[in-house]
Amino acid sequence: MLDFALKVSVTLFAIAIVLNLYRVAVGPSLPDRILALDTMYVNSIALIVLFGIWLGHRTYFEAALLIAMLGFVSTVAVCKYLLRGDIIE
Amino acid sequence: MIALYTVMEGVIAFFLIAGSIFALIGSLGLSRMKDFYMRLHGPSKISTLGVGCVLLASIAYFSLLDGGPSLQELLITIFLFITAPVSAHMLSKSALHQKLAYDPRTRGDPEELQEDDDERTLEETPQGSSKLP
Repeated sequence: MLDFALKVSVTLFAIAIVLNLYRVAVGPSLPDRILALDTMYVNSIALIVLFGIWLGHRTYFEAALLIAMLGFVSTVAVCKYLLRGDIIE
Repeated sequence: MIALYTVMEGVIAFFLIAGSIFALIGSLGLSRMKDFYMRLHGPSKISTLGVGCVLLASIAYFSLLDGGPSLQELLITIFLFITAPVSAHMLSKSALHQKLAYDPRTRGDPEELQEDDDERTLEETPQGSSKLP
């Protein structure tokens, strides 16, 4: 049962990432693209966690934590650049 | 013991399926909705909930595997649940700063998007007839 659930959820997350990629490519404005990239890193954290469950050990936990922190910092930095025209004033 | 493993396997499978369906619905809303202010809802709420469900499933799986509580994934969960509203707030602020076009069905009239209308209505009203507060 767990194998089947893992396969189904990996497939659904892959479809979600493809939809985000469509929004990154098409998105009419810059905040749309930033939002789609933000969603993409959140979904990739879930994919890495699913891969860890699949393998049965926690080697990739630190990678998920790093992606979470750097993704948040980069989103806030790009938004700050759009708002102010400068990141560190 | 065998019954415990079966029940926990069902719980983990349920959390995995529910989380992936939530994340798929969030990304569907991101790709299908009309304007940016609608699109912001899906990823900032539903995708975060989906990833939270998957991390709960991971906590349950590794707790079962190790025979004790393993709360490392709770770190990612708490971090994501704190930072998702902050990044959504920054994104909406930058969208309002750029005055992105919005669908007429989008509700709530933010002041940043009404600035031009206010200036126009102020010019149209004759001088001296405005009511002072």
